Amino acid sequence: MRTAERAAGGGIFRFQQRFAPYLFVSPFLILFTVFGLYPIVKSIALSLYATNGPKDHVFVGLSNYRFLFTDPDFGVAVRNTAVYTFWTVFLQLPLALGLAILLSQNWLKGRSWFRLAFFSPQLVGQVFVGVLFMVLYVPQYGLVNRGIHAAITSFPLDTKWLGDARMVMPALVLTSLWMYVGFNMIYFLAALQAVDRELYEAAMVDGANGWHQFRAVTVPGIKPVAVYVLVMATIGSLQLFELPYTMLQQSAGPDKSGLTIVMYLYQNGFVSGDLGYASAVGWTLALGILTISLIQMRVTGAWKGAKE
Amino acid sequence: MSRVLPAPLSRPARDWSRQPPVVAGRAATVLALVAFAALALIPLVWLVAAAFKSPADLFSYTFFSPRPSVENFTDLATRVPEFGRFAVNSLFISSTVVCVQLFFSSLAGFALAKYDFKGKALVMVIMLATMMIPGQVTLAPLYELLCRLRLVDTYPGLIVPGAVSVFGIFLFRQSMLQLPNDLLDAARIDGCSEFRTYLDVVMPVSKPMIGAFCLISFMGSWNSFLWPQIILHSANRFTLPIGLNQMVGLYQQSYGMLMAGTLLSILPVILLFLLLQKEFVAGLTAGAVKG
Repeated sequence: MRTAERAAGGGIFRFQQRFAPYLFVSPFLILFTVFGLYPIVKSIALSLYATNGPKDHVFVGLSNYRFLFTDPDFGVAVRNTAVYTFWTVFLQLPLALGLAILLSQNWLKGRSWFRLAFFSPQLVGQVFVGVLFMVLYVPQYGLVNRGIHAAITSFPLDTKWLGDARMVMPALVLTSLWMYVGFNMIYFLAALQAVDRELYEAAMVDGANGWHQFRAVTVPGIKPVAVYVLVMATIGSLQLFELPYTMLQQSAGPDKSGLTIVMYLYQNGFVSGDLGYASAVGWTLALGILTISLIQMRVTGAWKGAKE
Repeated sequence: MSRVLPAPLSRPARDWSRQPPVVAGRAATVLALVAFAALALIPLVWLVAAAFKSPADLFSYTFFSPRPSVENFTDLATRVPEFGRFAVNSLFISSTVVCVQLFFSSLAGFALAKYDFKGKALVMVIMLATMMIPGQVTLAPLYELLCRLRLVDTYPGLIVPGAVSVFGIFLFRQSMLQLPNDLLDAARIDGCSEFRTYLDVVMPVSKPMIGAFCLISFMGSWNSFLWPQIILHSANRFTLPIGLNQMVGLYQQSYGMLMAGTLLSILPVILLFLLLQKEFVAGLTAGAVKG
């Protein structure tokens, strides 16, 4: 029927239908080629140059990379980023899943209000969160110190979250929990609600208790989403920049305790002006992210799942 | 005479007194949820309270002061007169980005969902590959390119490189796959061109996804920091995140004023979210759960 109509419609329509899709994807392809593909290829070349601003280039081969791995500052940045990522992900995801499970109970009323409350921090951009928490972490008077002190009186009121090298990382992780737990919970909640109810009933008939049900029905049911959330949360954490940069007032914090890989890239590339070195940092980060993502997908068996 | 007992109801009537463990469990669940919801909201409530406290009252009252004051806002207006300019810039840039991204992404998503054409698989592979490579890789060469195009410190330099959202293309493709082909054919029979079909038939039925995408795109642009920080040099072109970040350095101790600025900065996103909440959650999770 369709072909007959199209034939009746005549040449102009057939011509249109054939070429329309190319026209429709062309803005994407053009912009992507100029502002995506070209810079990606160019950054490989650029990472082999020492540059001073956008114009002054000297070929240095792999020495950008060599310098990178011997620069103690980069070591600090990698360690900070890794520690932040580890704690953020491993505190965030269980909390998010736990909240989602509580929120997915059938009998619960006002679910959408809870969801709204949990999600609200996600609306606030990292820079704005940085400014807000900078004030919340103020020693003596800040809400965080007062709140913790009220609960645990032995907690010193003059704890300098952002002025003490040992406290900067906990401050960042705590803030990240506030920002992202609710966001990841939305994903888990959607996944939990998509699990087939009948599977639970079947498990109950078989005499499975709560924990067994969780292991046998819930975990396999939400696994694809859980892996997705794990990988995305890790990638996001590895790119941490705005939050410490604002919270620590455009610095790396005491003893560089808030220096992250992207902050290192920004400072070297756009404050000091070595775009070649920044490209080398960028590629190192990209390969690191790729490796970690692949390992995560491998370990969680996401590939096996995808094949089935 | 045998009396037939009434058959038990499929669900026995709730008798809470006989089920203390269930009641306790539910109470604990609600309590935990309320506690966590409070933790999520308290910083935001504090922000509102702090913005409306006079600087002298800021730390005298934990939350709201009995003497609300707009001193922080007048302070902001007199000490940082550029703040209004930052807000206008942010509004202009984010709205432009949303419109441009919406048009290009939905158009490409439509083509990938409803047409078969040579090279389609290649386009999809390219898109996936782009999503795998983090943006920081291209910062330096992109900056260099924009220098050569003389777009540094301009709005086009900020808007054009991000004019297409790969995420958006996927989002629209996903939702448009479900459109019946008959609908499109009907439009064609009526003499619609392919573009008219897209504009008058496909877009009106994609409204929920458009709502979700507008919010996601607006949030992304409104909150973005790194690229604007690199590309914008003149203070009169700054967006709110850049401006506020600078204010933190200049007025470290003026907490009240900073809180007023932060509150004003996050208000547009919150209003838009409240408007588009339902579509947003659906759009956000569509890709992850189905894919």
